[in-house]
Amino acid sequence: MSLALTRSVALLGLDGHVVTIEVDIADGLPAYVLLGLPDAALSESRDRVRAALVNCAEIWPNRKVTVSLSPAWLPKSGSSFDLAICIALLSANETIAPDVIAEVVFLGELSLDGGIRAIRGVLPSLIAAQKAGVRTAVVPLANFQEAQMMQGIEIIPMQHLKQVLRWLRTGQRDVAEPLDLKWEPSDSHLDFADVAGQPGARLAAEIAATGGHHLLLIGPPGAGKTMIAERIPTILPQLSLAQAVQVTAVHSIAGSFATRSPTSLVAPIVSPHHTTTRVAMVGGGAHIIKPGACSLAHNGVLFIDEAPECPSGVLDSLRQPLEAGSITIARSIGNVTFPAQFLLVLAANPCPCGKFSGRGRNCTCTSQQVRRYLGRLSGPLMDRIDMRVLVDPVGRVDMARQELGESSASIRERVIAARAIASQRFSQCEWELNSQIPSRALRTQFQPERDAMNFLHDELDKEHITARGLHKIIRTSWTLADLSGNPRPNLLNVKQAHELRAGIEL
Amino acid sequence: MQTKNNQRTGAFGEEVVTQYLSANLIEIVERNWRIREGEIDIVALYPNGTFAFVEVKTRSSVAFGHPFEAINREKAHRLQRLALGWLATHGCLGCDYQIDVAAVLIAANGSHTIEYRAAVL
Repeated sequence: MSLALTRSVALLGLDGHVVTIEVDIADGLPAYVLLGLPDAALSESRDRVRAALVNCAEIWPNRKVTVSLSPAWLPKSGSSFDLAICIALLSANETIAPDVIAEVVFLGELSLDGGIRAIRGVLPSLIAAQKAGVRTAVVPLANFQEAQMMQGIEIIPMQHLKQVLRWLRTGQRDVAEPLDLKWEPSDSHLDFADVAGQPGARLAAEIAATGGHHLLLIGPPGAGKTMIAERIPTILPQLSLAQAVQVTAVHSIAGSFATRSPTSLVAPIVSPHHTTTRVAMVGGGAHIIKPGACSLAHNGVLFIDEAPECPSGVLDSLRQPLEAGSITIARSIGNVTFPAQFLLVLAANPCPCGKFSGRGRNCTCTSQQVRRYLGRLSGPLMDRIDMRVLVDPVGRVDMARQELGESSASIRERVIAARAIASQRFSQCEWELNSQIPSRALRTQFQPERDAMNFLHDELDKEHITARGLHKIIRTSWTLADLSGNPRPNLLNVKQAHELRAGIEL
Repeated sequence: MQTKNNQRTGAFGEEVVTQYLSANLIEIVERNWRIREGEIDIVALYPNGTFAFVEVKTRSSVAFGHPFEAINREKAHRLQRLALGWLATHGCLGCDYQIDVAAVLIAANGSHTIEYRAAVL
């Protein structure tokens, strides 16, 4: 038989399509034809596959080789098809039994000596393969950790083409040790105990971590805004396996495992520099659509330092993902949706020189400059921020204190306890966090106590708050109630939430 | 003289293929038909009336790749043009024809193998 087929996966964003790879070897002059909209990297597979075969002492058929990747209309890119093409080619050349490989997904780039190299997007590929009913997948050993996040499909890690061939011909292979999923913070040296003083900002961070409420920290340079924001992941609870799979899948496509272990159960934190572009923030790209910072921060924290310094439009591009929890990117090759449920933490100086706080004695800015500076944070964006907190310069009393602040571990215990209360309350609902309660439910099932509602309605009448603001305040007040053990937000909780939201005049 | 040597190798290969064709009851019409554009190694006539234009590649080692790999796109086009040229000059335009290639590999001990592929272009 000079025809063989096997399977691999083509990715468009997070969506995978199982691709059938057919290889036909016909009489004729030696030629290699690759069909199915390959891009440049994929077209180069011919030379990689050939060199790998020859260097593994296999026979390259000196005949007319036609490789077809179907569905043919789907644009395919990257080097991840190398291994599948190579295996199908050997099978068409009658050196591998065709029934062994027909239902197996092969992923991996070949090096010229036959080594199997790591590729991007292994986890999303496996998710697609499993949905399509594939039972077995061969992945590069370097991607094994990531692949293990996937349950319900047999993962066979391979390091070299020779190992794959031995397995396909004799059924023998080395069984790789399964790895444990770990909850170990990559920055384990970070702890809230390092933060001196700042009770207000600490509380706001705790509320943000508990209910998923977005946070703006305003304060002079050196007060500890960045310190606090960087430590928020240390008080977030461990990700569930389903959440971790989502996070790893997005990071897999971005190829950002240098900074984050694929099996990590720690909530991610992404802090793009304020010169970041819109595309880097929300995702994009012409041929391969890559996720942006807001998707890499999915199920974690998106921290933007010096937020008013961001070019106009960059922060505002976050408005839609903040609302929807996902972002859809439209390009000519297709529409791609990435998840983007993140906790937004913005940090800002109070004015261009940074010293307009406290008594503002050393500030050299004009009053107009001060007003304009925070005005760069647009109204619609600020309306979506639940808490604005002043981070005052640390005074001598706090610095001189010998004992450390409360540690991340003990804060995290409170966060987990409060989240448990909330998740019990929402057991019949589709959402998990207080910040996700839909407004309809806030007006009916999840209303605060009567006097608290009266207070909010008065504020609404006085036009101190907007309708969206009212809902935001109620959501934050639920988190405050959970943290203080109240079954329902009382007047104090609501007033506190109101204070946190509107405490600072911008 | 390398070139002389190669010519001798080539002539040997063509001779071997001619014998191979005759043994398979395929009539040899002409050998080394040459015009300005190039040369057809062998023109043969199958019993069913199809003309075959045979390009013979002879190698004494595969160090420079398989002989067939030497037939690139440009050479394939030239073979087509030569075939049509032969048919035109012999008043056979419209006859069925095909282009065959033959690879002759000469081993170090003097023995040889033939790989023959019919109707490749």
